[in-house]
Amino acid sequence: MSETASAAISVAFHGVTLGMVLYLISVGLSVTMGLMGFVNLAHGAFAMAGGYVMTTLMNRWSVDFPLALSVAVAVVIAVSLVLERVLYRRFYGGNELDQVLLTIGLIFMSVGAATYIWGPLAQPMRPPELLRGQISLFGRSLPAYRTFLILCGAIIVTLLWLALERTRLGAQLRAAVDNLRMAETVGINTSRLFATAFALGSGLAALGGGLGADLLAIAPGYALDNLVYFLIIVAVGGLGSIRGPFLAALVVGVADTAFKYFVPELGAFFIYALTMAILLRFPNGIFGRT
Amino acid sequence: MTASLDRSTGDDTAMLDSFARRHRFYPFEALPWIVAVIAFFAFSDYLALLAQILATIIFALSVDLALGYAGIVTLGHAAFFGAGAYTAGLLAANGWGEPLTGLLAAAVAAGAIGFISGAVILRTSGLTLLMQTLVVAAMLYELANKASRLTGGADGLQGMQVWPIFGVFKFDMFGRTAFLYCFAVLFLCWLIVRTIVHSAFGRSLTGIRENVQRMHAIGAPVNRRKVLVYTISAALAGVAGALIAQTTQFVGLGVLSLERSGTILIMLIIGGVGQLYGAFIGVPLYMIAQDRFATVDPVYWYFWIGLFMVLLVLFARGGVLGVWARWRDWSKVRK
Repeated sequence: MSETASAAISVAFHGVTLGMVLYLISVGLSVTMGLMGFVNLAHGAFAMAGGYVMTTLMNRWSVDFPLALSVAVAVVIAVSLVLERVLYRRFYGGNELDQVLLTIGLIFMSVGAATYIWGPLAQPMRPPELLRGQISLFGRSLPAYRTFLILCGAIIVTLLWLALERTRLGAQLRAAVDNLRMAETVGINTSRLFATAFALGSGLAALGGGLGADLLAIAPGYALDNLVYFLIIVAVGGLGSIRGPFLAALVVGVADTAFKYFVPELGAFFIYALTMAILLRFPNGIFGRT
Repeated sequence: MTASLDRSTGDDTAMLDSFARRHRFYPFEALPWIVAVIAFFAFSDYLALLAQILATIIFALSVDLALGYAGIVTLGHAAFFGAGAYTAGLLAANGWGEPLTGLLAAAVAAGAIGFISGAVILRTSGLTLLMQTLVVAAMLYELANKASRLTGGADGLQGMQVWPIFGVFKFDMFGRTAFLYCFAVLFLCWLIVRTIVHSAFGRSLTGIRENVQRMHAIGAPVNRRKVLVYTISAALAGVAGALIAQTTQFVGLGVLSLERSGTILIMLIIGGVGQLYGAFIGVPLYMIAQDRFATVDPVYWYFWIGLFMVLLVLFARGGVLGVWARWRDWSKVRK
């Protein structure tokens, strides 16, 4: 196989992995923004919290990977429910500036708290024995953990979409995103729906943060450093959409990996330029409602 | 509006009077300058910090112009601040250390970036606009980071040589010249911003912030005005960046960071948005507190400023000026 083709496959593989992780983290943000009209800049902090809880359980108490990940998701869901009740719900659909300030404040708090508890260095992430090293697939040798990530991502995405289409909660969610007041009128308990959606989004973020701990390093600046990526995915994918961000995350993941691999001297510049171009053509995102 | 047209000329002069009153300088407006002069003599050991505060007030004023008056919610004003800082820095590092022309060049460069990006992104609104401002700053950050042969990249720009002002006043190690220089530039910028917000143009900006549809309906060129104020605001931010670069003789990547855009927003909010004087209250409060606490432990500083922001949004909306206005109304009602 030629050098370029091999590099292209490698880039596509790593790009898709990154895209999966980014999607898991960002999809909750898309729902919060589309459904509740809330710009939650601190969404990345939930992913970071998930990563921290998981790596701490694994490194310090040598808990198994699956258990550690589940505990991390559960903890983050619990915390997010409390935050939603106490803080977030007061600002739904309200002043954009207030939301931005509130959530920037939360980001700064997360930076301070993480540094205080875990120190400034990134947390090491050691995949379980089974997922270390390489596996050979289609005559190529691929990193086992990344392959696992793609697989995991694919399963979760499928479940998520099925849930959205087939369950009662999914139907309520779609109805509320389409027309909130009408949904209230037909008797959907939107307050509870908001809380559920928020908790679900935060849980998915924690899942993404935990699974992707070796891609997006778990360090105190997490929420701030990766914010642009999460926002790009939501804005490009379209607010309140579940599928749009998936495509956007894949595009961002692959494009970012490709640009950094082929033209490293320009780094992330292209991805920003691309975002700008897309947003100018589609101000509401590719899958956004106009 | 029709009523006032039908009225006699006497009433028209009354209306003109009220316009003139708005422009009039009130005694309280001298307060920041008196405080600054007192600080110059009383805290002569801290002049370097005070100069930074004065320059940052210009930055906050520029954000206030865009956010407080025109209602453009921006998370990317560091783009212009950084563009100004790098312009002045690069000039001084490459053999042109004249400070005043450096400032002018910074204003032009930042203004140009503001004009070009504004013309493109100000057509959008809400979250999309927020994203676009963020992306513009992120692009410049990445450019400065990667063009390390020119900018020094992550190590920062080294070797700036800033000449004396007017060829006479050298920048001394106590920061005396730096303070007076920033003081003078701030005063000028404040006059400019004050004139703008009280002008008909400034009024129409408030109109755009409050009700875009109606401004469109009465035929105001909404987009052109937004781009214009964005350009002016960018140029001011560039001046602020250049001032800090020239007085500290250093430019680091931090001038373009998201953190910088976020903290300037915080400083402005602490003081109060859209009231011209919020910048004069919020910036000193934030920067003095930061100087006291952050040098001891920057980690705690982040946590506490974050908590403070959350509490501010929950309980003290409008910042210091907002709380003050509410307290005044409340005490009036009680009487």
